[in-house]
Amino acid sequence: MSDVTETGSGRIESALRALTSEYSGGLERLHDRLERDAQRGALIDVAYTILDSPVGPLLLAATEAGLVRVAFESEGHDRVLESLAATLSPRILRSPPRLAVATRELDEYFGGYRRAFELSLDYALSHGFRQTVQRQLSNIGYGTTVSYKELAETVGNPKAVRAVGSACATNPLPIVVPCHRVLRSDGGLGGYLGGLAAKTTLLNLERAT
Amino acid sequence: MKKPFETIVTEHGDTVLRVCRAVVGRHDADDAWAETFLAALRAYPALSEEANVEAWLVTIAHRKSIDIVRSQRRRALTVDEVPDRPTESATGVGERRDLWDAVWALPLKQRQAVAYHYLAGLPYADVASVVGGSADAARRAAADGVGTLRTSYANPLSTGGTR
Repeated sequence: MSDVTETGSGRIESALRALTSEYSGGLERLHDRLERDAQRGALIDVAYTILDSPVGPLLLAATEAGLVRVAFESEGHDRVLESLAATLSPRILRSPPRLAVATRELDEYFGGYRRAFELSLDYALSHGFRQTVQRQLSNIGYGTTVSYKELAETVGNPKAVRAVGSACATNPLPIVVPCHRVLRSDGGLGGYLGGLAAKTTLLNLERAT
Repeated sequence: MKKPFETIVTEHGDTVLRVCRAVVGRHDADDAWAETFLAALRAYPALSEEANVEAWLVTIAHRKSIDIVRSQRRRALTVDEVPDRPTESATGVGERRDLWDAVWALPLKQRQAVAYHYLAGLPYADVASVVGGSADAARRAAADGVGTLRTSYANPLSTGGTR
């Protein structure tokens, strides 16, 4: 009898291991409560949600300061969250309420009736020249495009075309910070973090509205 | 590399809920769970990357549960209509519910050892570091609990004799 207990292979032991919390929907409700408690305690350093969009599911992540990351599915949302945990804070929780404004403005943008974003942005993920370039991107108007070369001239560094290109390629806030409005001088699309199909979709959307 | 806390909730939320339910009972399990994960979120940045996350969460759940069990006892002393334990479930209720009630009827130390070893899957050495005492003592507490369950749950019609 004690053998059964030691190896834990008896009927009771198996039944104990098979116990379930019997609580359909319970964990989701508990998660909501955790979000509220954590928000009240200022314990969510990064909140995120997933937004369905014409360019696929988008990960939206925000700090207390503002939207800090927009990521395409092709970047791997899990990988992006792991990288946010490493660079910003591991206190990351799925918590849509903090992304309510971002979600609304992006929905309006994709619906064709928003031409500029007004939400607060957190540029914590970019530094130096790249951040300078990325901040400049927001001055490129809806429905218009510039070349990498023109953008380099605008930021006062006409020779830094390649650096401007990599600043666009590492934009942590695509769509909201419109790196899709930067093209090659010959009119070619150039690159895009979310893939060229996504870049085309965004440019067509802006052209049509 | 440290995982986003959301992943910790996804991976361990259900186990912690089962542990809470076994130790504090159905009615207070939500509170124990919520307090456990809020405290874990607060402490998470300081947790060592090599730490056993499940054992760490069970340790927090253990402390939160003790507070809740204490307040349950206070309530039971001051409001005497509230029974300390739910009454035995009637026959005909699902088998699993019977086992939950049987676990809930165990003495606290046995409930803890059974929950941490069988429900959370911690080895007895880890159970011991959660509850204090030796691994052997933890093993005995769990074995006593299983022994009681064998009569109270597996043979509900027996009159409590050990066979």
